[in-house]
Amino acid sequence: MEIPYTVDIREDTGLTSPKLGIWLFLASEVMLFGALFSSYILLRVGSTAWPVQSEEVNVLIGTVNTMVLIASSVTMVMAWASLKMNNFENFRVYLASTIFLALVFLIIKVFWEYIPKLQHGHDPSTNNFYALYFTMTGLHALHILGGIIVNAYFLIPGAKMWKSNPEQFTNRIEIAGLYWHFVDLVWIFLFPTIYLL
Amino acid sequence: MVEGIAEHEVTAKKVHHEELGWWRKYIFSVDHKVIGIQYGITALAFLLTGFTLMALMRWSLAYPDEPGPWWIFISGFTIMGIVVFLIGGIKRPYISLGGFIFIGIAGLVWYFTTQDSMLPVGTMLPEFYNSLGAMHGTIMVFLGIVPLAVGAFGNYVLPLQIGAPDMSFPRLNMASYWIFLVGGVLMLTSFFLPGGAAQSGWTSYPPLSVIQPGQTMWLIAMIFVITSSLLGAINFIVTTVQLRAKGMTWMRLPFFVWTQFITAFLLLLAFPALEVGAIFQLLDRVLGTSFYMSSGMVIGGEVVEIAGGGSALLWQHLFWFLAHPEVYVLILPAIGIVAEIITNNTRKPLWGYKAMVYSLIFIGFMSFTVYAHHMFITGMGSKVATWFMTTTMIISIPSIIFLAVMVFTLWGGSIRFSVPMLFALAWIPMFGIGGLTGLPLGLAPPDIHLHDTYYVIGHFHYVVAPGSIIALFAGIYYWFPKMTGKKLNDMLGKVHFWGTLIGMNLVFGPMLIQGMAGVSRRLYDGGLQYDHAQPVLFLNEWMSWGAWIIGIFQVAFIINIFLTLKKGEKVSDNVWEATTLEWSAAPSPPIAHGNFSTVPEVHRSAYEYNVPVNGRIEEFAPQNQPEEPVEAEE
Repeated sequence: MEIPYTVDIREDTGLTSPKLGIWLFLASEVMLFGALFSSYILLRVGSTAWPVQSEEVNVLIGTVNTMVLIASSVTMVMAWASLKMNNFENFRVYLASTIFLALVFLIIKVFWEYIPKLQHGHDPSTNNFYALYFTMTGLHALHILGGIIVNAYFLIPGAKMWKSNPEQFTNRIEIAGLYWHFVDLVWIFLFPTIYLL
Repeated sequence: MVEGIAEHEVTAKKVHHEELGWWRKYIFSVDHKVIGIQYGITALAFLLTGFTLMALMRWSLAYPDEPGPWWIFISGFTIMGIVVFLIGGIKRPYISLGGFIFIGIAGLVWYFTTQDSMLPVGTMLPEFYNSLGAMHGTIMVFLGIVPLAVGAFGNYVLPLQIGAPDMSFPRLNMASYWIFLVGGVLMLTSFFLPGGAAQSGWTSYPPLSVIQPGQTMWLIAMIFVITSSLLGAINFIVTTVQLRAKGMTWMRLPFFVWTQFITAFLLLLAFPALEVGAIFQLLDRVLGTSFYMSSGMVIGGEVVEIAGGGSALLWQHLFWFLAHPEVYVLILPAIGIVAEIITNNTRKPLWGYKAMVYSLIFIGFMSFTVYAHHMFITGMGSKVATWFMTTTMIISIPSIIFLAVMVFTLWGGSIRFSVPMLFALAWIPMFGIGGLTGLPLGLAPPDIHLHDTYYVIGHFHYVVAPGSIIALFAGIYYWFPKMTGKKLNDMLGKVHFWGTLIGMNLVFGPMLIQGMAGVSRRLYDGGLQYDHAQPVLFLNEWMSWGAWIIGIFQVAFIINIFLTLKKGEKVSDNVWEATTLEWSAAPSPPIAHGNFSTVPEVHRSAYEYNVPVNGRIEEFAPQNQPEEPVEAEE
């Protein structure tokens, strides 16, 4: 049995079901990160002593990582555009670059940020800044990891669908892209909050 | 009608060339009807478990520090299990397997009696009483009522009522059920871990919840339950928006669909806050962070070695941001069910359908703005309190509209006192009591006196027990013929109804009195140690017997379900002569994977009972009944 409007657009709503679904999912993600940012504000304004954040974290590495993520957003949208233009080879290159950049982000995060901090004895129990730093960036990193898994699926096993149903496959990449841009956007808020303010 | 069913079965076979294996058909099914029934069975099992925990607690409240007759519980549940095995026999495994639920609960109670930390020498330890209280609340709210109201009824009925072949994302639907089940099983497992189950109430306020044993498993289980709800909520919203049948405009939606739609938004947007709260609490416990722990905390005479600087209030904000909308998650589907049943049994259109819909949207929006009325005594300041008092008073208006609409719908109707209608009728005054007793709690001055007393318990149990649960019972009696093709026995249904209604009032009414006398809600001895509680202490015994009476009358319900499954006679597809699509367009039970033999088209609003249709008054005009060209007058 076919579920209608999985691929086709429903006329009166102007949407396919997966697209509406991902936007709702992102709405709930906004609430998730919204709660995290609100908690950050509440704990910081309620604290008696808060470290100067830019002295605790490495702003340079944070900036580099911001650039890496923005670049991955560009390659992600190019991957989708390539499919729209019926260029499957370019799609593979762009999607692979997206995954590569995401891995670069995680590697920088873990080896140049998390591990040195833990080696210096700065772990989540040190103070509430570190607790929030590890929780917020950690949850964001988990989202990056999720994005890598989904994109890797579409790069290799999921790509078979391009042959059987190119339209649905393009839609899937668009939806993966929406998620990916959202994860980027979260970082755009995290970076100033954690590194600069 | 029997011929009709046979016809549908033939069509069903034609449509499905490939036969699904047993596992894919009944266990890992993606059919919304099977998933709905799975949710229903699981949720009912959890409701019974949660009820049993409370029935044990009531012993300690009525007869503190006395050895309890636990063997009555163990043997009672064992006998129920054996009876169900006997009803089912080898021939009907779908009935016999139900017996394991009762044997399982008997086993759980037996396990409690063997543990030195729970019921040593037959008396209940205060710590174990706390565990039972925390687990009763958690199980009832998150694993019982919500899965039954949303997971079961929403899943089963919503796609049928809008004329959809299934949910928009069937595999996601299956995933939500299995994630929910894992969460539920983990929650129960915590009884068997060293340290026992969570002890800090269903609200889990820190710092107590951070230092008490057992809480870690609660948090992990909650993260599963939350994830499941989020996935389910996305599915409900997308299905309602995208899969409405041709002609099913927003204002023609049955009211039940509207309630599920708004409920899904509440789940979607409120649960992430608790997810964050739960992650923080988990980190506080596991990694030693101080999100909720303030500096210089002393536990048991020793200063705790933590960084400090956290805020216990942060949890309350995150928790109540979820938990107030959650209250509406518990009650809105119930209102939807009652609206369906009342219109169907008064044979009148729902009075003020549009007012109901707008109230519903308004209540959904407002439910995010009132949560701090749970926190009046935290010292939030009178200006903030004034804001939350105002919003709380405003949100009571749509609730009153719901009640008024139900009463106006009764006006002048020729009421059919069927069993679902009895439950729905009882819901009106019961939810009324629940709502009205909430008003003093929504105003800071009386709340300061009533906070954390039995009055609060009485109030919200009136909302969720004779409110939600009564409505859910109504829904089970109403949609059981749709799910199985068989109607539940009326006599047993009436016995169940009166026993439950009287029992519930016997339990929750006296709580309001005790609360006004100032009895705290968290005492394992029911207030025995306090002078001010002495005049109302005798009520503890009444309430306990009320609770046990409720339990005994549920036997009628359980036997009714299993006997009907075994011996019940097939009824017609539209046994209640209803207008909505699940009755008028689909067979009972609807066709597996696809629901309808022909895709329904909608031509009219949801409740056209005894209104002019095609120039004449019809007893009822189903939504899919086409318009006829108006004939010239003779």
